[in-house]
Amino acid sequence: MSDTLFVSTRKGLFTIARGASGWAILNVDFQGDNVSLTLSDRRDGRHYAALDHGHFGVKVHRSTASGWEEIATPAYPPKPEGYEENDMWGRPLDWSTARIWALEAGGVDEPGVLWCGTMPGGLFRSSDHGQSWEMRRSLWDHPKRRQWMGGGADLPGLHSICVDPRDPRRVWIAVSTGGIWFTEDAGATWAQRGEGMRADHVPPELTHDPIAQDVHCLVQCPAAPARMWVQHHNGIFVSSDEGKTFTELTGVRPSVFGFPVAVHPRSPDTAWFVPGIKDEKRIPVDGRLVVTRTRDGGRSFDVLGKGLPSTHAYDVVYRHALAIDSTGDRLAFGSTTGNLWVTEDQGDSWNCVSNTLPPIHAVRFTG
Amino acid sequence: MPTVTFTANIQRHVPCPNSVVPGRTVREALDAVFAGNPRARGYVLDDQGSLRKHMAIYLDAEIILDRVRLSDPVTDTSTIHVFQALSGG
Repeated sequence: MSDTLFVSTRKGLFTIARGASGWAILNVDFQGDNVSLTLSDRRDGRHYAALDHGHFGVKVHRSTASGWEEIATPAYPPKPEGYEENDMWGRPLDWSTARIWALEAGGVDEPGVLWCGTMPGGLFRSSDHGQSWEMRRSLWDHPKRRQWMGGGADLPGLHSICVDPRDPRRVWIAVSTGGIWFTEDAGATWAQRGEGMRADHVPPELTHDPIAQDVHCLVQCPAAPARMWVQHHNGIFVSSDEGKTFTELTGVRPSVFGFPVAVHPRSPDTAWFVPGIKDEKRIPVDGRLVVTRTRDGGRSFDVLGKGLPSTHAYDVVYRHALAIDSTGDRLAFGSTTGNLWVTEDQGDSWNCVSNTLPPIHAVRFTG
Repeated sequence: MPTVTFTANIQRHVPCPNSVVPGRTVREALDAVFAGNPRARGYVLDDQGSLRKHMAIYLDAEIILDRVRLSDPVTDTSTIHVFQALSGG
């Protein structure tokens, strides 16, 4: 059970802790700076924070005994002389880290191994606790990578990384937009996954093409890794065969649109979503903020709103801003409006920690 | 030798004191600075070695023309000012 949360926001990294009187802000690091994501490595207790300084670029910091230290930032290789690559608007694509959008630890028997996903789509691996990073060129140089496009952002973004708890050489990644990709040799070779997903924002010929899929978030059940859940631009999808094929879940109320998904660490049939209105109106349906939960693999859903605003809520919850702890009982989520909620009963009821935080990019339990 | 100055805003991230360094171009002068202060390089230049999108370099009172190769020539009396561009918000 975790009593501590890292909340990454537009204006700093907030540590939220559970005390005798409940959850409260304990500390602020990088106050005023844009923190996009954190990783708390359960293997050794180290914490990592990704910052975006705007003018000065993206940086990575690692916790020390007394604070934080800046470490290496994943960097793209030199673009070959004369090589031309344009983005979807015909402008030259910068081979440069524009945003860190995924940070995950390697396997339990791989101390110091980290994975990092970025915009415009590069995947990096570190084997020394982030002192240095190596781009997985096999993915970046894959001929189909150039078909990746921007989703909600201008650039393609690699936002989800799932390391197989049974074999850390097996890794799934997801891209918005570019679908799901899988390696079983630690990134030496890659294959597209994700048959069965459906995109309705592309011509009919591409609707079921796995590379056209705008996966918003991909998660894997640690205790049953064959089970994967996807919150997609077009809806909710579930896989029982390691992401080879997905089934779409329709009719989920109030909406199947959203960004994050969380799966219970031991119960693969239990997952949570934060729905909103699709596309141009990205706000909660009817202004009522709810979390949806299934406990039967998607056959039915509970709509959970106890403790959440029931009217005039305009909260959007980004893909990394819904977190679950190792027990599966505690979840937390934060919104673009700077609101943060925690549950200790799997979402049956929610407690508001703060209504005054900066826009929240990511929420993660530590430990 | 040219002088290189940095915006005050960069100093809280990485100290960048004024430097007098050898160089016949903006690139050569900055390379000389970053040779002694390697962490500063990533705050000013992107992964390809070009000037970051929302950074600006003035050569005396003129903004440089070549943001990619940083080939603008400098003289021994030049001052290279490394600023943030207002475009970055």
